Amino acid sequence: MATEAQGAEAAGNAPGMPQLDFSTFPNQIFWLLVTLVVIYLVLNKVALPRIASVLSERQGTIANDLAAAEELKGKAGEAEEAYKKALADARAEANRIIADAKAEIQKDLDAATEKADAEIAAKSAESEKRIGEIRASAMENVEAVAKDTAIEVVRAVLPAAEDASAVDKAVDQRLKG
Amino acid sequence: MATEAEGGGIKIDPMGQFVVEPLFGGDHVAWYTPTNVTLWMAITVLAVIVLLVLGTRGRAIVPSRSQSVAELTYGFIHQMIEDVAGKDGLKYFPYIMTLFLFIVFGNTLGLLPTAFTTTSHLAVTGVLALLVFVTVTVIGFVKNGASFLSLFWVSAAPLALRPVLAVIELISYFVRPVSHSVRLMGNMMAGHAVIKVFAGFAGALGLGAVFPVVAIVAIYGLEVMVAFVQAYVFTILTCVYLKDALHPHH
Repeated sequence: MATEAQGAEAAGNAPGMPQLDFSTFPNQIFWLLVTLVVIYLVLNKVALPRIASVLSERQGTIANDLAAAEELKGKAGEAEEAYKKALADARAEANRIIADAKAEIQKDLDAATEKADAEIAAKSAESEKRIGEIRASAMENVEAVAKDTAIEVVRAVLPAAEDASAVDKAVDQRLKG
Repeated sequence: MATEAEGGGIKIDPMGQFVVEPLFGGDHVAWYTPTNVTLWMAITVLAVIVLLVLGTRGRAIVPSRSQSVAELTYGFIHQMIEDVAGKDGLKYFPYIMTLFLFIVFGNTLGLLPTAFTTTSHLAVTGVLALLVFVTVTVIGFVKNGASFLSLFWVSAAPLALRPVLAVIELISYFVRPVSHSVRLMGNMMAGHAVIKVFAGFAGALGLGAVFPVVAIVAIYGLEVMVAFVQAYVFTILTCVYLKDALHPHH
């Protein structure tokens, strides 16, 4: 109360503290209340809802962008997987083709080898036959020569005993023996 | 000022800037008279509208500068209430935002040369503090009923001490609006008065005025900081009182 009294005094005398000049209090309080109500209405009706919506919208946009980025990342991962798979497939395909080619070549090679073997076998069989024939004819000649020689010998040594068939027989016997 | 100095004796009137005067002449200040208080409060309202309404009219996802400032202010107070008073304090966000914006613009606009500082008046800060005090007390009783009184009953203290503490708590509770208002008003008034005193020296010193001018620049920088800090302090104390009302149990 003492300060109030002082204030009232100060209001009377020019300097003092204008803050304690109570005659201006109703005026200040009135205009303060008007000001506060106006600011409150402006904030509550316009400014704050607008800023809140802008902030939440931004939040939403950021969340959406992050989700989109996540999705794109997933897609990139999928693409990488697909690429890897394609690469692996291509490798497998290449290996398969190589194996096929190898098998085919092997088959051809086998066939050619077999054919060559068969030809060689045929040729060698023919040669064998020819050798056999030559040998047989040589034997025949030897026999004939032996018989002729034997007969000539018998004739020269013992003409009486000349008996061609017996000589032949003896020669045959000898040759066989 | 210079002529006064020549006239003999330095006459400095640091309090003249706080006088409430009718805008359109006359001596009598009735409750409805448009005064310099009215003018500077209107400018405060305009500043609030320019920052928060015109500044955000783009509603841009990537904000412009003014929209950024508006959003930062919004986020600053929003975060403060949530941190101090908790989620249920956010219901009172528009009221606290109103207080903060009025004080921060009142303080900073008052720093313009020849401006009238609305927040340097006890009538203004007293009403602001009383509004907070009454509102918070009403909220306390409406939300908690009689158990709001447990705010004064420090259950953590030994039983014998509690009545003593209750008296102290009660006194401190009722002193709150006084400290709340006088802190703001005192800070604003003192800073402006000091600047005015130095300005008076500058007028009186002629060429030597360079020293008071440098001092004014330094104090002005300090006052800009004080303008924001006091608005912040007033608002955060409001949040603290609100927290006491919402959660009175220690």
